[in-house]
Amino acid sequence: MGYVAVKGGQDAIANANKLVDYFRWKGRTKPIEVDQARTQMRLAVDRAMGEGSLYAPEHAALALLQVEGDSFEAAFHLRAYRATLERRYFSEILNTREMLVHRRISSTFRDIPGGQILGPTRDYSFRLLSPALLEASLGSIEKFISDLKDEIDPSKLHQMTTYKKVIDIFLKEGLMSSQASPDEDRRVFDVTKEAIKFPVPRSAALQMLARAETGALMCMAYSTMRGFGNSHGTVGELRVGDVPVRVVDKRGRLRCVGKIKVSEAEMVGGGGGRRGTGNAAGPKYSIGYGLCFGQNETKAICMGMVESALRSPNPDNPANNQEFVLYHTEVIESYGFTNHLKLPHYVTFQAGLEGGRRITRMNEEKSKQVPVSAGGGEASND
Amino acid sequence: MIENKKYKDSFNYAYIDEFTKKEIRRKTLKAVCIPGYQVPYSSPEMPISRGWGTGGLHLTLSLVGPNDVLKVIDQGSDASVNACNLRLFVQEMAKCALTFNTGEATIIQSRHRVPEEIMTEKQILVLQVPQPEPLRGVERHEAKTRMMHAEADYAKIWVTLYEAYVRSGALRSGAGHPIMVNGRYVATPSPIPSWDVPNLSMARCLYLFGAGREKRIHCIPPFTRVEPLEFEDIRFKVEEFVDIKCSASGEDKAFMDQIYDDDFNKSWVINDSNFLDKVRQGPRPPQKLFTNPE
Repeated sequence: MGYVAVKGGQDAIANANKLVDYFRWKGRTKPIEVDQARTQMRLAVDRAMGEGSLYAPEHAALALLQVEGDSFEAAFHLRAYRATLERRYFSEILNTREMLVHRRISSTFRDIPGGQILGPTRDYSFRLLSPALLEASLGSIEKFISDLKDEIDPSKLHQMTTYKKVIDIFLKEGLMSSQASPDEDRRVFDVTKEAIKFPVPRSAALQMLARAETGALMCMAYSTMRGFGNSHGTVGELRVGDVPVRVVDKRGRLRCVGKIKVSEAEMVGGGGGRRGTGNAAGPKYSIGYGLCFGQNETKAICMGMVESALRSPNPDNPANNQEFVLYHTEVIESYGFTNHLKLPHYVTFQAGLEGGRRITRMNEEKSKQVPVSAGGGEASND
Repeated sequence: MIENKKYKDSFNYAYIDEFTKKEIRRKTLKAVCIPGYQVPYSSPEMPISRGWGTGGLHLTLSLVGPNDVLKVIDQGSDASVNACNLRLFVQEMAKCALTFNTGEATIIQSRHRVPEEIMTEKQILVLQVPQPEPLRGVERHEAKTRMMHAEADYAKIWVTLYEAYVRSGALRSGAGHPIMVNGRYVATPSPIPSWDVPNLSMARCLYLFGAGREKRIHCIPPFTRVEPLEFEDIRFKVEEFVDIKCSASGEDKAFMDQIYDDDFNKSWVINDSNFLDKVRQGPRPPQKLFTNPE
């Protein structure tokens, strides 16, 4: 009788929840602590915070544990939790020039002011499974940390510093303009409070991209480089680090409420001289901007590329189409709707089935009424 | 460290925070004022999946109070797992009463069905809508469809209906037949079967349509004219269950489900679970039936 006709959908749900727990615990392994997940599954936590649109590492770690590591579900849990929270403040604009940099690279120039800092990255490691991790223990972790400290000569540690931005070079050389183009929509929009209407202002597009699903965004960005777009953005600067967040309190004072880790990508595109920019000005470049919570460089870079693509609309390419990109990279909506196919659809299916049968019936009746086609056979169906 | 109580007791009444609820109510009022027009709204994330009834939940949660009596159905059934799930969630968050009885409910949230029993002016039917835009099939861009609605430019959907007729001999087959609301806006009735469409017109109850994922609310106020799109000579028709009787009640005037037993023998049963119960126990509840034009 199928899964709906059964009375007791409620019991089915309760049992399903029990079974989920059973499959989690049936291996009888030690439960993973939230702190372990937060620290040792750092990148999964960062991704969940970004897609979940809530900067809360502990909550994200709990979400990941609760959903057995499913990135969609983790983001979903965070978003649902976030929807219950009031928006008490709007932060001041983040200034990533103040970033305490963990890592920053540029691929547009060999040397950049302040230098390239490789930082924590797996980019240049061999992707070989590491059995050494199986031997890790609290002791080996302590030893690793103390060895690392020994390697550092405190006298050579230069002062904590911030870094100038690579785009400053472009601005100084006149290769880029700090002025927004006059037709750019500069309204500040809040996509969590209002439904978007097209064309959306840049602020809304950026917010949606920052919350988008990493893989979906990567698909879009990749498509612009290999056949469905004509961009190959260059990483002007990619930086990962901690940035202070400030709000204005009720008395009008600027208050620092903490620091968040973000990945920021400034993708350089354009160039080659545009029509109307004047020949004396030389080539003009523009920035595709990517920013997301935590260390998620793939997302920041792809966001930058897609953001750039969205500013040159082109109906031929999915990534150059605002509606295509913004609607379909939204993680909670695409995840939910593709999974809603698991819901019963027998009424709509029945309606279609009955419609089809009616047409068959009508055709049968028609063929009965006209037993032999009068004027030759051309009227018969094939 | 995370405080445990954050997860347990600190949810606002009816889950959504008051500012957002207020916003949803305002947008709903706007939808009531412009029948059939799709009003964009904030559509906050819910703890259930997009596409599983979030739009319906937004409406229900913005309307519900502790004195309300809620009924939730999915594909006509109170027992469907998703209906159970939504019902429990709303009850947990709003402490309202629950019922299976269509006549008793003050708010009915439904997916893909309008109850067979006639609803009254004391009742609101909240329908969950996957795709609020009836023109999406003929125009994929939102900016353009909004323009088409503004200009009442419905040529493309008429052509689609005509083409369906030319190809298949019927206007359209399947759920979600486009409707003209109050002579102005073409809207989707959400994918309810054609059987239910005549019930939308000049009804005593309020119909609210919530599309959470697409962030749109539209509405059919009480006593509003709703016409399925049809031609003068080729008329809209509802499903015909020819020579079919409900195996549980012996009745034939209702939307039927086709069910199969373990040996693939086909039988039929009334889809609306509460209506079926009432038909079997008697008396038969009031029902509005539509006769197909010849």
